Amino acid sequence: MAPLLLEIGKRFEADHPGTRIDVQTGGSSRGIADTNKGLADIGMASRALTPRENNLHGSVVAQDGIGIIIHKSNPIRELGIDQIQDIYTGRITNWQEVGGPTAPITVVNKAQGRSTLELFLQFFQLSTRDIHAHVVIGDNEQGIKTVAGNPHAIGYVSIGTAQFNAVQGLPIRLLPLQNIPASLETVRTGIFPLSRPLTLVTKSPPTGLTKTFIQFAQSSHVHDLILSQYFVPLQD
Amino acid sequence: MLPPNNTIRETGTTVLVWAAAALVTMPFLWLTGDLLWHGWHHISLNFVFSDPQDAGREGGIAPLLVSTGLIVGICMIVALPIGLGTAVLLSEYTHREQENGRWIRTSLDVLAGVPSIIFGLFGNAFFCQALGLGFSLLSGGLTLACMVLPLMIRTVEESFRAIALDQRLSAMALGMSRRTMILHILLPAAIPGLLVGCILGLGRAMAETAALIFTSGYVDRMPTSLMDSGRALSIHIYDLAMNVAGGNPNAYATALVLVGLLFIINLSASWIAEQWAAFHQLPT
Amino acid sequence: MAWGAASLLLFIIGFVVLESWPALSHIGLWRLFLDAGWFPTEQSYQLTPMVTGTMFAAIGSIFLAAPLGILSAVFCHFYAPPILGLWFRRMVEILAGIPSVVFGFWGLVVLVPPIAAWHPPGPSLLAGILILTLMILPTIMLIAHSSISQVPTSYIQSATALGLSRSAVIWRIILPVSRRGLLTGTFLGLARALGETMAILMVCGNVVQHPSHLFDPIRTLTANIALEMAYAVDHHRSALFLSGLILMMLVMAVVILAEAFHQKTPYAAAK
Repeated sequence: MAPLLLEIGKRFEADHPGTRIDVQTGGSSRGIADTNKGLADIGMASRALTPRENNLHGSVVAQDGIGIIIHKSNPIRELGIDQIQDIYTGRITNWQEVGGPTAPITVVNKAQGRSTLELFLQFFQLSTRDIHAHVVIGDNEQGIKTVAGNPHAIGYVSIGTAQFNAVQGLPIRLLPLQNIPASLETVRTGIFPLSRPLTLVTKSPPTGLTKTFIQFAQSSHVHDLILSQYFVPLQD
Repeated sequence: MLPPNNTIRETGTTVLVWAAAALVTMPFLWLTGDLLWHGWHHISLNFVFSDPQDAGREGGIAPLLVSTGLIVGICMIVALPIGLGTAVLLSEYTHREQENGRWIRTSLDVLAGVPSIIFGLFGNAFFCQALGLGFSLLSGGLTLACMVLPLMIRTVEESFRAIALDQRLSAMALGMSRRTMILHILLPAAIPGLLVGCILGLGRAMAETAALIFTSGYVDRMPTSLMDSGRALSIHIYDLAMNVAGGNPNAYATALVLVGLLFIINLSASWIAEQWAAFHQLPT
Repeated sequence: MAWGAASLLLFIIGFVVLESWPALSHIGLWRLFLDAGWFPTEQSYQLTPMVTGTMFAAIGSIFLAAPLGILSAVFCHFYAPPILGLWFRRMVEILAGIPSVVFGFWGLVVLVPPIAAWHPPGPSLLAGILILTLMILPTIMLIAHSSISQVPTSYIQSATALGLSRSAVIWRIILPVSRRGLLTGTFLGLARALGETMAILMVCGNVVQHPSHLFDPIRTLTANIALEMAYAVDHHRSALFLSGLILMMLVMAVVILAEAFHQKTPYAAAK
C-alpha cells in the first residue's frame, strides 16, 4: 500500500500547499501498531480490522483481490477449491493428478502473519499447520518472480500485480476461482470471491487534516493513482 | 636441479589461483552485465537529476542520491574517527592478552555478526524514539555508523598489529613519544589497512537496506535538513523490485547508478591514497 | 572511547533482551527447542530448523569464500600483471558495496530458475550458499590482500634469493606470516554471513525445516525475523526478538572459539 499512499500524499500536498504527508513502510501489523502507539497519525493495513482492533477506526480506500497463479507453460486452465486444498496440504503432489504434465508441484506460500495468507487460509478453510509449502515468500513480487522462474510452481498473489506482470510478458497465468475469472474487473464488480479492502486506520474517527486527507484518498480525485498501482478504486 | 614435487606445487598453485580469480570475476561480470542489459536504456541525465514520480516508475532519483549521500556521509564522519581511535587504542595501548582488550575485541566481533534488521530495530528504538530523532537521515546515519564500526575497527587494528615490532622498538630507542610514533611511523605504515577499512565500511553502508527502513525511512522527497526522513538508494531498489508492480526497469537503472557511484568512489579513494603516498614518499 | 564501542554491544543486547522478555517469561526457552514446529500464530515456537539452516548456509559459504578470497588476494599480488591486479581489486571493492537486495533479486531471477530446472523447487540451501559466498568474498579478499601487502618485502626477497619458487614463497612464507589477517578476514566474512538477511530471504525458500540436502529450501533466523517482524504482534514479536538473541549467542560462541585459536603474539614477529 505504501507506494499508493506515497503518490496520493504527493498529490494531496500539491493540491493543499503547506501540508506535508510523510509515508513510512513496514507491513499491516506495523501500521496498526504504530497508530496505536501514536507514532503514526494514520496507519495502512491491507485487510479489514479484526474484532480485537475495535479501538481503532478504519476507512477503506481501495479493493484488492487475491488470485492463484501458475506458470504460463502449464496447460491447466482451472482448479477447484478441493484441488487447491489438496495441493497446498500435500495430498496432491504431482501436476499429473489434476490433469497436467508429469512433474512435481512446487507450492509457494506466504509468510505467516501476512494478511494475504490469513485471507487465503480463511477462504480455503485451512490452518497454517496443514500447509506443506516448498517455498515461502514475503512480498507479492517475490511470489510472482518465483512462479515465473519455475514452470511447475503454484502460488497466490494480489490480482492487480499479477495481471500487470502477465501483460508485461512475464510467464504467469491467473487461474479463475469457482469459475469466476481473476481480474480487476471481477473484483470491482464484487463477484470475485476472494477480495480484501485496503484500509487507512486511525485511533479515533478522523478529524482535521487527517480527515481531509482520508476523504481525499477516498475520492475520485485519486482513482487514476489507485488504478496505476493495480488496485480497484471504490465505487462512488 | 629443482626437486620434482616442486613443479606440481608450482603449476598446481598457478592453476588454483587463476581459477579462483576467474570464479570471482565471472559472477561479477554476469551481475553487472545483467544490470547493464536491463537498466542502461533507463539511465539519462534526467534520471539522475529529477524527482521520482509514479511511485518511482517514472522520473528519476535525485532526492535519493542526496539522501544516500547524507546518510553515508554522517555514517563515515562518525565512524572514521571513532574507528581509528579505538583501533589505535586497542593495538597500542592495551596488551593483547589483557582483559580489557579481549572483552572489547570480543564485543566488536559479536557486533559484526548482528543481523542488520536488529540494528534497524535497535536504531529505531534508540535513535528515533529514545533520543527523539524520529525517522531521519541522522538516525539512519548513526545506526549505520554502529553497524560499520566493528568492521572498521577490526580491520584497522589488524593492520596496526601487522607492523613489525622493531619499528616500535626503534622509535622508542630514538626517544620518540608514543604519540609521535603513532602519528609519524605507524599510521603511514598502516595505510593499506586503513583504506581497506574505509572501503569496506563505505561499501557496507551503501549496501545496507534493512537497517535503514526502520530509521531513515521511506520518504522519497528531497531532504531539506538532517532531521528529514529520506530514502536511501538501496531501499528504493528494494521497493521498486519487490513492492511496485512494473518497478523492475528503474530498479535495474538505480542499481546501475549505485554501482557506478561505487566505482567513482573507489577510484577517488585510490587516487587520494596514491597522492598521499607520493607526497610522503612512501613505497606504494 | 573503546569502551564506548563495547558498551554499544551491551546496549543492543539489552534492547534485544528487553524485547524478548515477554517471550522468555511466557513461552520459556525450552519450548523453542521442544515445540512441534514454528507456527507462531498458533503458539508453537520451535526454531531449531532455522538454527541449522543458518549454520549450514554460513559454514557452506565460508568453505567456498575463504579459499576463493585468499587465493584471489594471492592472485592480485603475485600472479596478475600489475594493471590486471589493480582492476581486479577494484572490481572486488565494487562487489563489496552492492546492496544485498541486488544480490537477492539477481539470485532469484538468474540463479534460482536453473537450480529449479535441475532439481525443484529452486530456492534452496545451495542458492543461499552461492549468493552468500559472493557477498562475503570481498570482505575476505580485501582484508587478505591488505595483510599480504604488509608482509615485509625483505622476507620475500630473502626467500627468492635462497632459490625458493613462487609457490613455495606463497605457501611457506606469505600465508603463514599473514595468518592473523587472513583469519580476521575470514572471521568477519563469517559474521556477515550469519547476519545477512535480505538476499537470503529471496533465494533460500524460507521453509522451516532441517535441510536434508543442498536442494532443500531453508529458513535462517535472520530471514525469519525479516519475514515476520512486520506482521508480528505481541508474543510472536517477542519470540522473533528471542530468536535474534539466540543468533547473537551463536555468534558469541563462534567468536569465543575463534579467540581460542588466535595467535598469541601482540605484534608481528621481529625481523
